[in-house]
Amino acid sequence: MENASTGAEGGAVQARSTMRVTLEVNGREHALDVQARTTLLDALRDRLHLNGTKKGCALGQCGACTVLMDGERVNACLVLAVMAQGRHITTIEGLRGGDGLLHPLQRAFLDHDGFQCGYCTPGQIMSGVGCIEEGHAGSRAEIRQYMSGNICRCGAYVNIVEAIFETAVGTRP
Amino acid sequence: MGAIGKPVARVDGPAKVTGTATYAAEFHPENMAYAALVHGTIPRGWIKSIATDAAESVPGVIAVVTHLNAPRLPWKPVDAAPVDPGEGEQLRPLHSDEILFAGQPIALVIAESQETARAAAALVSFTCVPSDGAGLVFDRARARPPSDGTRESYPAEWERGDAEGAFASAPRRIEGSYLQPRLFHNAMEPHATIAAWDDEGKLTLWDKSQWVDNVRDQITRNFGLAEDEVRVISPFVGGAFGSALRCWPHVTMAAMAARIARRPVRLELTRRELYTAVGYRPYTLQDVKLAADEDGRLRSVIQTAYGLTSAYEDYGEEVLDPVGMLYDTMSARTVYRLVELDTNTPTPMRGPGAVTGVFALEMAIDEMADAMDMDPLEFRLKNYAERDLKKDLPFSSKALRSCYETAALRFGWEKRDPRRRAMHDGNMLVGYGMATAVWPAMQAPASVRIRLFANGTAVVRTAASDMGPGTYTSMTQVAADRLDLPVERVTFELGDSSLPMAPVHGGSMTMASVGNAVAAGCKKLRDDIARLDGAEDGEHPVETLMRLRRDSFEVDGAAEPGAEAGTHSSYAFGAVFAEVRVDPDFGTVRVPRLVGAYDGGVIVNPRTARSQAIGGMVQGIGMALMEAGEWDDRLGRVMNANLAEYLVPVHADVEELEAVFVESEDRIFNPLGVKGIAEIALCGVAPAIANAVWHATGLRIRELPLTPDRLLMAEQAARTS
Ligand code: FES
Ligand code: FES
Repeated sequence: MENASTGAEGGAVQARSTMRVTLEVNGREHALDVQARTTLLDALRDRLHLNGTKKGCALGQCGACTVLMDGERVNACLVLAVMAQGRHITTIEGLRGGDGLLHPLQRAFLDHDGFQCGYCTPGQIMSGVGCIEEGHAGSRAEIRQYMSGNICRCGAYVNIVEAIFETAVGTRP
Repeated sequence: MGAIGKPVARVDGPAKVTGTATYAAEFHPENMAYAALVHGTIPRGWIKSIATDAAESVPGVIAVVTHLNAPRLPWKPVDAAPVDPGEGEQLRPLHSDEILFAGQPIALVIAESQETARAAAALVSFTCVPSDGAGLVFDRARARPPSDGTRESYPAEWERGDAEGAFASAPRRIEGSYLQPRLFHNAMEPHATIAAWDDEGKLTLWDKSQWVDNVRDQITRNFGLAEDEVRVISPFVGGAFGSALRCWPHVTMAAMAARIARRPVRLELTRRELYTAVGYRPYTLQDVKLAADEDGRLRSVIQTAYGLTSAYEDYGEEVLDPVGMLYDTMSARTVYRLVELDTNTPTPMRGPGAVTGVFALEMAIDEMADAMDMDPLEFRLKNYAERDLKKDLPFSSKALRSCYETAALRFGWEKRDPRRRAMHDGNMLVGYGMATAVWPAMQAPASVRIRLFANGTAVVRTAASDMGPGTYTSMTQVAADRLDLPVERVTFELGDSSLPMAPVHGGSMTMASVGNAVAAGCKKLRDDIARLDGAEDGEHPVETLMRLRRDSFEVDGAAEPGAEAGTHSSYAFGAVFAEVRVDPDFGTVRVPRLVGAYDGGVIVNPRTARSQAIGGMVQGIGMALMEAGEWDDRLGRVMNANLAEYLVPVHADVEELEAVFVESEDRIFNPLGVKGIAEIALCGVAPAIANAVWHATGLRIRELPLTPDRLLMAEQAARTS
């Protein structure tokens, strides 16, 4: 018996010409030539060298790549770079205030030791910012539900929830 | 200034919350190319043909490498590192047409971008011819002793007293079989290596590693290089839990690719590839037999483990180590067997061996307590071992009794109704369970280089690693403490093989190994400065340097295990208490609360230590309730090789976690008095939860994870019987 295969897990797409996009990241515009299949995540990491946005799965399953697009949290691995044209992207690198101070949630992560290895951390923080903005940080239980798209294999969850809860309480009008 | 024992905030925290901590895939050497892998699809056989022209013709593809055109590496023999299996031969990627497991890399595409490399990899076509191998079905009838069955860490057989005889004659007996599935580390950071050769033929690797020195040594041999021709850099590791102990084949392939492309190449593994490119905790079946006197004294513990290994390497682990030492039992016997499958080789995962063995033993102990009508905690205390009966040595320290007491008190164990299925909260069945945690404390030789500056700062360097527990922070504290400097004035550097030698960052031994080297180095630095001409008695070394107009002073320091190994037995201990809520209609289990108390010796940083402990609890919730690599024994593949189907705990799965460190120091074990906490934090969690599920439901489910289908089936079986 013989077994014939290709290396493909799904359908293969031939590399074709690139397209020019302008990505607005953290208030700065970047003109890039990308392939149609280039994700926002790969564009950020491999092209713009904005390493803060992490790749944990590239399948929308872990949340490590969470960024804000027009203020809403998205998995950057599920957004094509060409779809991000004209949108405002905020990554962890753009979270500090104009005064250069840490965002209150970044501060709270430090205070509550909201991480160990730090790899899920930018995604947790961006997602936490979105969670608070959405008004989904009213209680610890609510935070746990609305943060469940962000996996932390080091298991810093209780500290992360404290950090988000405290920040939400502190920023409530 | 007494920095040891203070809850110092992580020194690398600001880098981590701002996204500036740089992990392996994130270095961007100039002109870097990207690699992607093609994998074999059959579990055993050989490659008959492989066609690369379609991939090669894709614009942007630099090269396609297969066993047909890969450079022949020298593969100089290497003494197995302690992280490598003792027997067998590691996979040599792209070395021959032989296929040893499904998912084995058989080609490598190098391209200008990651997207192009991956797309082109999909165009490589090949034919394979299957052959007979070890097989795909885990069948204990095929079990055999480990090839090196005499090794002390996992002997094929071990016995103290006449365990079978004692079992046969004891008045109270239980026995059961326990299954722990294949478990995957699934650290959030995928493994990645960037390789760059310079003009002189020297190689730099930015790699995800728990042991840069080992990667250097391994790659040096694979490529026939000299030690100073390979440098491995790994300043941040995005979790690993054992997966980055070995030097895996992709590291060799990255270096190979960079040599072929004549430019730096990055090889970053996909999440799916992590299920075959690195190891996993092996599927292990265990039989446990316990016997006791009428008054609850253990007479016999007999535990047999059947662990999975690959057909090309003999991976064994110390599953049965706790059996002979955890309780004061008159006799004990262990049998360890391996079952080969055509699959990739397992590897240590947090608490390797002990986590598996303790899961079965601690469930069995609970069953025995129940059979005796004794409280599970009381039964354990009744059989408390004051001495290591296995090694026949006193413990260098053991505060397990105080772990039991502290955790029981914090948990409110006295509120437990001894009857099963007796506690309720509305419709929910409530259960309390507990288990013991244990891990052998270890220390290995380590060295550091310390430079003290006259401006009152110090830099400490070593080739150690920090995969998350806080090596950067705790070592900074040890140095600050011993140099009498504020923590902010000390910098600790790690993760570079050009720095002084450090042992593997695993087995809970970094604190004992590197920590004591830092302490010893600081002492040497102070002694040497005090001996300088013109030094004055009692002054701080910085004052001496200033007065003598010396900018700085540097020493090398080292520490190694002392002679206590021959005179004492050293273990870290813990006690874990779990509350569960089981929905009787849906079979779902929630863990609203875990309380753990740990004896890890001196705790250098209670804040990071707590994070490490609660992190272990979270992984334990995963192990108890959801984690399992689902093996297809016709195709030889793990079917759920991704984070949507291999479930790990998320925020919603975790509620209250409490970790306490009991008063403990072990100055016999090492001068700092530390024992380590990484592994005990996971050990014991799953059996505590399983025991709580039994208490809640009356169902003894001896197969992990305790998923709703298993609960409902057990419930049905209990009803019909
Ligand atoms: S990398 Fe985007 S969700 Fe995992
Ligand atoms: S801190 Fe390591 S994965 Fe969250």
